[in-house]
Amino acid sequence: MGENAITLSAIEKRFHQKEVIAPLSLEVPTGQLIGLLGPSGCGKTTLIKMIMGMIKPDNGRIQVLDYVVPHKQLLIDIGYMAQSDALYIDLTGAENLHFFAKLYRLSKKERVERVAYAANLVRLTEDLNNKVVNYSGGMKRRLSLAIALIQNPKLLILDEPTVGIDPVLKKEIWQELIRLKEKEHKTILVTTHAMDEAERCDRLAMLRSGQILAQGTPQELKAHYQAQDFDEVFLKAGGAIV
Amino acid sequence: MRIGAIVTRIIQQMMRDKRTLALLFCAPLLVLSLMYFIFNSDESEVTLIVSHGPAQLIEKLEAADFHVIEDDNVTITQLKDNQYDAWLDIQQKQTKLTLLNDDPSAAKALQMKLAQALQPEQASSMTFVTDYVYGDEDTAIFDIFSPMLIGFFVFFFVFLITGIALLKERTSGTLERLLATPIKRSEIVAGYLVGYGLFALVQTIIIVLFGIYVLDIVHVGSIWLVLLINSLVALVSLSLGALLSSFAASEFQMMQFIPLVIVPQVFFSGIFPLDSMVEWLQNIGRIMPLYYAANALNGVMYKGFTFSEILVDLLVLAGFALLFILLNIISLKKYRSL
Repeated sequence: MGENAITLSAIEKRFHQKEVIAPLSLEVPTGQLIGLLGPSGCGKTTLIKMIMGMIKPDNGRIQVLDYVVPHKQLLIDIGYMAQSDALYIDLTGAENLHFFAKLYRLSKKERVERVAYAANLVRLTEDLNNKVVNYSGGMKRRLSLAIALIQNPKLLILDEPTVGIDPVLKKEIWQELIRLKEKEHKTILVTTHAMDEAERCDRLAMLRSGQILAQGTPQELKAHYQAQDFDEVFLKAGGAIV
Repeated sequence: MRIGAIVTRIIQQMMRDKRTLALLFCAPLLVLSLMYFIFNSDESEVTLIVSHGPAQLIEKLEAADFHVIEDDNVTITQLKDNQYDAWLDIQQKQTKLTLLNDDPSAAKALQMKLAQALQPEQASSMTFVTDYVYGDEDTAIFDIFSPMLIGFFVFFFVFLITGIALLKERTSGTLERLLATPIKRSEIVAGYLVGYGLFALVQTIIIVLFGIYVLDIVHVGSIWLVLLINSLVALVSLSLGALLSSFAASEFQMMQFIPLVIVPQVFFSGIFPLDSMVEWLQNIGRIMPLYYAANALNGVMYKGFTFSEILVDLLVLAGFALLFILLNIISLKKYRSL
């Protein structure tokens, strides 16, 4: 694997004449936790879907883990968590996990291990045999995260993973993300608009109207904008008057 | 005031949903005009074979609008192959009338018309024997369209159930999530076909057995052929339902395919005689899967056709299924370019 897990070169996307992603380049170094920061509608999800190969950019080149996107083999190495919970609500949590594990062709033994591991990680072990339709919003988010981890991927792409999750669990999930990065050397790309989460990333890219306004470590960004916290960085970067 | 708010909201929503509006106003017109053309079709000419008929009689029959073919050596096989409606064999002692009877109501009408034409002299002085190629004098109209009804219900329910199930998968985002895994598009389509196909197969078996053994629908041919045809119908309907679900944004819009896709097919599947329709109308029928299904089912159950006699219909149905399956695989590109 190269130095960068994800390399976006001058990619551009329009929907119905409207520019959603302006020509944009971004590099995600291997083994880091990168935060994609920006308000709703700034193009975060579009960008992520392009990295997954689900949306084709009009221009530019995307390379992920030495593969040129789109590439089917690549999808084995990416753990993806969509913004909306895409779960089979009439199945149980365990059935959902096993279903996705089978799509990655895990053996029966691996499957049982990974399901137990992923469920434990998001504290869902006790509710695993309940139907998803009875889960709370937070539980559904946690199950989605567990599904993203099921095949032990090298790269995690998480679209707003902590929306609707209470502060205690949110903290635990972040601890786990950092552990995955440090102990298991995973590369993690997270989108968020929660500023407290931004502080915990190794690097940040601030996205607005399909353009990267600024990128760097949290300290660099704060120093650059002479800001106390990230709310301020964000407002200043967006050109708002503070 | 509050009622007004609800009314305004409904009008706004309806005006936004152009497709529902179009359906509300146009679909009844479409169905009505189809019915208009189908019921207003000219009565087709009746072809009558006459053997050993005196010239005077032939003239009389021709005057009564029969298409008369004089032929002294006719066999039942010829009658079947050429779809001649009836054969009148006049012998010294008795007159024998053989009716094809592929459409009982038409056969009854023919008999009446013939009796009128032959009156008064012939009918009274001769003994008159009537024979039937298909069915008998008790054949009811239900007997000829019940085979088609079986095919229709298989088609209808499988279409709705798979259409709505796949639609749910599309709207809940799980289909997109599925395509974020290394699964092949063809694997998804195949999975769907087998998964829902199993249920469709059980449903088909239940409908066929119920129709034949409980409702006592005529079945002259093999029950295995009936099951084979209906399984193909289910496959066509499954793949069509899955395909059309990608053009629907809600269950409501899925339902709108009923008057557009299901109802027209009913008109062309044998409830109404196709032979009497104008050429272009018959051609429309030929692009509809149920036309072939009804043809094959009617052939096997009423006329006792064998496998080779319905092979063309089966191949056409299989072709429809294959086409829809391929289109399904292509349509999934919408979610993943690979």
